[in-house]
Amino acid sequence: MLAQRVAQQSLRRLAATPSRNAALLKFSLTPTAILTSPQFRQVATQKMTPTDSYQILVEQRKKRPTSPHLTIYEPQIPWILSALNRITGSVLSGAFYIFGSAYLVAPLLGWNLSSVSMAAAFGSWPVIAKVATKLLLAFPFTFHSFNGLRHLAWDMGKAFKNQTVIKSGWAVVGLSTVSALALALFV
Amino acid sequence: MASLRTTSRLFKAARPAFKSQIRTIAIGNTNSTAHPVDPSKTSTIKEPAADPDSKIKTFHIYRWNPDEPSTKPRMQSYTLDLNKTGPMVLDALIRIKNEVDPTLTFRRSCREGICGSCAMNIDGVNTLACLCRIPTDTKAESKIYPLPHTYVVKDIVPDLTQFYKQYKSIQPYLQRSTPAPDGKEYRQSKEERKKLDGMYECILCACCSTSCPSYWWNSEEYLGPAVLMQSYRWIADSRDEKKEARKAQLDNSMSLYRCHTILNCSRTCPKGLNPGLAIAEIKKEMAF
Repeated sequence: MLAQRVAQQSLRRLAATPSRNAALLKFSLTPTAILTSPQFRQVATQKMTPTDSYQILVEQRKKRPTSPHLTIYEPQIPWILSALNRITGSVLSGAFYIFGSAYLVAPLLGWNLSSVSMAAAFGSWPVIAKVATKLLLAFPFTFHSFNGLRHLAWDMGKAFKNQTVIKSGWAVVGLSTVSALALALFV
Repeated sequence: MASLRTTSRLFKAARPAFKSQIRTIAIGNTNSTAHPVDPSKTSTIKEPAADPDSKIKTFHIYRWNPDEPSTKPRMQSYTLDLNKTGPMVLDALIRIKNEVDPTLTFRRSCREGICGSCAMNIDGVNTLACLCRIPTDTKAESKIYPLPHTYVVKDIVPDLTQFYKQYKSIQPYLQRSTPAPDGKEYRQSKEERKKLDGMYECILCACCSTSCPSYWWNSEEYLGPAVLMQSYRWIADSRDEKKEARKAQLDNSMSLYRCHTILNCSRTCPKGLNPGLAIAEIKKEMAF
């Protein structure tokens, strides 16, 4: 390494002074150039206290970007279904709380939310709207229920193999879709 | 690499000197020899044609330079002939750095999946570049990002300070107060030793932790799959006597229970380990 650097610097010096080239070329290795001049470090270094260098690091850290995450990660069964589990759970509990509180304040505001009147209003809707509404409520229910079984198995420390997770995931997707359709169409 | 660069610089520096030498030779030639052979009488050396069997693959690589912090991170595209490249993504990265763009920055060391340096997000999945084959389908373009939701030091080098701090916080070493019964070593039965299989092999590459959405949103407080699995590695160790203290340390809403069994961790582990299972085992130990 050292020898290489010495040779490199002598060659560099050689290149820097073209007038001397012709004369120096007569010696194939130009040992004089190596021996007569001192070594120079090509990279400049700065003397710095530990606190100062830490300050530089702190300044750099402030500017660091966060690498992309959700948008670039490959859509895979584990996390897509996990996200869906949370969304369906929020839909179910959200609907429950909204309807519950509406039912609570209905007498004060004069709303009629009795089952009979609701069923009558729903019955007057066109068929497509009926099926769509039922599907919209049925799918979160079926999906969250079936996926809940998966979570119960995991909480017991079972079914953790990658292939099992993928298979059970698709099974939940299939079961919940079919049962939601059945609930929307036939119930 | 470093040696290669110094050598090329060496030649560059020497070039003017050689040139003048060549010139003198050429001058000498004109004096002594006749007119050169007419080009019509010599053969033509053509420019090497593009290899007809070349398999050109495009790589899009995340770039960000800390020296220009105001510039937005960008995706730089590179094309490589797969016939001249090794089989793994790391080979492609090294070839790009050596032959195309020396400013490309990434971590690598062992090139055989034991150091964990080259962990990155390749085609949407966290893995080790040295263990990930380049998809041979040249129509599909490969995308390479740093580990997701980490601070970027430069290009595909992530800042793992927080990850290492969290690892330190679980005290990843044997803790005992009683001396060994025979005064020599702490013995384990084969069954006790077997409990550590699938956990001690972890190389802390951070692929699993940075694939976990829960860790993305809560990395300040949630320990993440890699660190939790190591925590369980010591909880499950029959020789360790600080089991209860270790469990008590995890007994809060954030450290352990931000795990929602998403299982991206087990899916992505380049060593084929199962951090999700280890976390489930901790939860079981805490519950019963």
